[in-house]
Amino acid sequence: MTASTLASRSRHVLALMIAAGSVLACITPDALAQEGRRRRGGDQEAKPVQLSPEQTDQLTKIATDRKLNVDDLLSAAKTYMPSGRHDDYVLFSSGGQSGQVFAIGVPSMRLLRSISVFTPESWQGYGFAGEADRVIDSLKINGKVVAWGDTHHPALSETKGDYDGQFLFIGDKANSRIGVIDLRDWETKQVVKNPLTVSDHGGAFVTPNTEYVIEGGQYATVLGYGYAPIEEYKKSYRGMVTLWKFDRAKGRIDVANSFALELPPYWQDLADAGKNASDGFFFLNSFNAEMATGGIEKGNPPFEAGASKRDMDYLHIVDWRKAEAAFKAGKAKMINGFAVLSMETTAAEGILHLAPEPKSPHGVDVTPNGQFMVVAGKLDPHVTVYSIDRIKAAIASKKYSGTDDYGLPILDFDAVKEAQVELGLGPLHTQFDDKGYAYTSLFLDSAVARWTLGGEYDSLNPEPAWKLVHKTPVQYNIGHLCAAEGDSASPDGKYLISMSKWSVDRFLTTGPLLPQNFQLLDIGSTGTTMPVIYDMPIGVGEPHYCQMIKADKLQSWKVYPEVGWNPHTQSLDPNAPKKGQEGVVRDGSNVIINMTAIRSHFSPEHVEVNEGDHVTWRIVAAETAQDATHGFCIGGYNINLSLEPGEYTEFTFTADKPGTYPFYCTEFCSALHLEMMGYLHIKPKGTK
Amino acid sequence: MSGFMSTLIGPRVPEQELREHRARYLTPTLIFMLARVLLLVSIFFPYWHMELEAPQYPNGLFLTAHVNHLSGDVREIDGLNHYIGMRPLGEAAAFERAASVWLIIAMFLLVEGAAFVHSKWALLLAVPVITFPGGFLLDLYIWMRSFGLNLNPEAPLSASVKPFVPTVVGEGGIGQFKTYADLGTGFWLAVACAGLTIVGFYFHRRAYRPLFLQMRRAAAGGAS
Repeated sequence: MTASTLASRSRHVLALMIAAGSVLACITPDALAQEGRRRRGGDQEAKPVQLSPEQTDQLTKIATDRKLNVDDLLSAAKTYMPSGRHDDYVLFSSGGQSGQVFAIGVPSMRLLRSISVFTPESWQGYGFAGEADRVIDSLKINGKVVAWGDTHHPALSETKGDYDGQFLFIGDKANSRIGVIDLRDWETKQVVKNPLTVSDHGGAFVTPNTEYVIEGGQYATVLGYGYAPIEEYKKSYRGMVTLWKFDRAKGRIDVANSFALELPPYWQDLADAGKNASDGFFFLNSFNAEMATGGIEKGNPPFEAGASKRDMDYLHIVDWRKAEAAFKAGKAKMINGFAVLSMETTAAEGILHLAPEPKSPHGVDVTPNGQFMVVAGKLDPHVTVYSIDRIKAAIASKKYSGTDDYGLPILDFDAVKEAQVELGLGPLHTQFDDKGYAYTSLFLDSAVARWTLGGEYDSLNPEPAWKLVHKTPVQYNIGHLCAAEGDSASPDGKYLISMSKWSVDRFLTTGPLLPQNFQLLDIGSTGTTMPVIYDMPIGVGEPHYCQMIKADKLQSWKVYPEVGWNPHTQSLDPNAPKKGQEGVVRDGSNVIINMTAIRSHFSPEHVEVNEGDHVTWRIVAAETAQDATHGFCIGGYNINLSLEPGEYTEFTFTADKPGTYPFYCTEFCSALHLEMMGYLHIKPKGTK
Repeated sequence: MSGFMSTLIGPRVPEQELREHRARYLTPTLIFMLARVLLLVSIFFPYWHMELEAPQYPNGLFLTAHVNHLSGDVREIDGLNHYIGMRPLGEAAAFERAASVWLIIAMFLLVEGAAFVHSKWALLLAVPVITFPGGFLLDLYIWMRSFGLNLNPEAPLSASVKPFVPTVVGEGGIGQFKTYADLGTGFWLAVACAGLTIVGFYFHRRAYRPLFLQMRRAAAGGAS
């Protein structure tokens, strides 16, 4: 072959390669992944509905028989989810005294699941992993297991003031704790206890990039579990607000870098972080500026009267970046091992300003643009709106109307007030939508008020600024309310939940203890149209606050990323037994059981230990299919685990009661689920 | 060149002839080349796949066989197969999967060689490539038959599921599962390779047969 034919041949080879390459390039990776896959039914096609005369008759008959009017039919159409269709939003609700969090789909109002945080719950295997259970340890306060919580305010993690769907924080009012839930696997990863105070109220709220989780206190005590008689209330009792540093990479609160502000004993209540225009601040309301000390039995006015005497309480305005700087500069003192900035420091550093607020209010809510703070005076028919520009100007020009008994500057009310809007009786909490409306719950009126915001929001709706537009009655005694992403920097409107405290006649009677009523309101229109379209009974505790996040922001795992995954460390566990490594390892009276669980058997199935042995039991759910969850229980030893696909769990117990113990899978996993069992033989002492 | 060798690899094309009829000699070479490329490319595409459908698996389960590996829901399918006592899929055709890439490279080189052999013996070098798709199918069938007929009698469901031969191509069923098996792009690339090789031989014969006869005549003439 000559050089020329070689050259010509290599040109042809090149041409062929290019041709073959371009053919291959037409086959996309997507097409490859789909190769051979059968087309599935998938989502229902959205065909325009056209009712035939027969269907209209049918519908009319059903409506008549069931006593439904046209509004009812429309409500049903707005909320009904056909089987397999997913909700647009997920509502994360506090579970009140159940110590849990509930996840509810919106608009269908179907309970998706609960997440246990402060209360052990057996289905999730939360707190039922034998002795030295990490969960139970995390619930200890001063050495005692406090196995319940009064969950109050959930807070989704935020990035630039918007929910990012990564983490959920929840406060326990009864015991001043914060729980941290990872929304990849919807499990509680951490519970932190505030060492300063017995109980709290204003937890949890986050700063716009989740730099800090804010926990506001409530009932004043001697900080750090100290003692002082009630006569020394003013001198020794203190309020507080804690800024828990959140380490997003670790998914944990970083206690060592967290700190608190000492506050006057005014019974601080709810918090909200500033954003955009008010970024760098957070706000706290209070309702006992009277510093009432009760004592009805001594002939004193009870708390309910004493704490309601004055027309004004104090809005607390905290510059948290200044507070952080003071903390980092070492200006905090330690109380019960926790860093606290004293009131002298907060006053000297210009960290905290007070502003008068009417009257025993319950909460302060920041508008999406951060421009306005809305305070609803529980015992005043108005909401009072403050503007951050006015606040900043008043702080800069020291426009004070005085200082309080603790030397904290009080800003002049008229200097910081933007507007007051009369809404009705018992205004409590406020949320926002995308149309320039604010929504305030009216506890005594049992209604949701829609009213207009001013400033840049004025142009978004037809009504004039700062005016009540409409009130929708709710059933009954509404506490918090929640609009879709309604406390974030970009609310969606559409849906609003009324967290009605009393249901009275809304449902069948369930004995003297009645469920709460979560009512869904359609807030998609403007003006006076704002109907209630669904009632959902909550028969598990009394939820306080909830947040509604767009479902597609959640990046939940379908199964754990790898078999042998430790959900606590969120990584593969080196101790997780692999297939083929199952068995019993004995070292004196310490026994390690290495077990795998896969449909429909545990391996090993016979486990023999001696009475008195200290048993460490390691189980891997060697499953990778979605929903192929197993349980594991040993009767009489208070052990039940939830072994989700891929999950690794370890538990320990002392085999102190000899006998023959069947262990079995507690989650109906397969057709041979009942056969998924084994025997634990605890041999009595002296048995050969 | 000895007579035996020239009979084996056939005549070389004279420069003059090559210049005058370039297309005639280039055509088989190019077709063989394309066939070889397709065969190599087939490694990256599935040869066979099976989808399993059951009520509790709304997204189905999928098994994909490349010439050198199995992928898809192997773990889950193995988990289910243990109920009927079928061996883990990883034990099937382990040697074939390990050897396949080397086999394909060997076949690639053989066809490369065939382009340089200008006698009928070239066909011998191409036999593996031409029979490869058929061989693949046969091997697949033998393994599936072996797996389906040799179920562990101690398995949980051995009383209710009798040994069976899974469907290699088309619809089948076992328990609540419906199975849909089909040949994949890789397999069809291998078939295209075999087909092109056969087509290549038509042009190969057309180009070199006259030269070969000429050479034999010349050899016969030289001998007489």
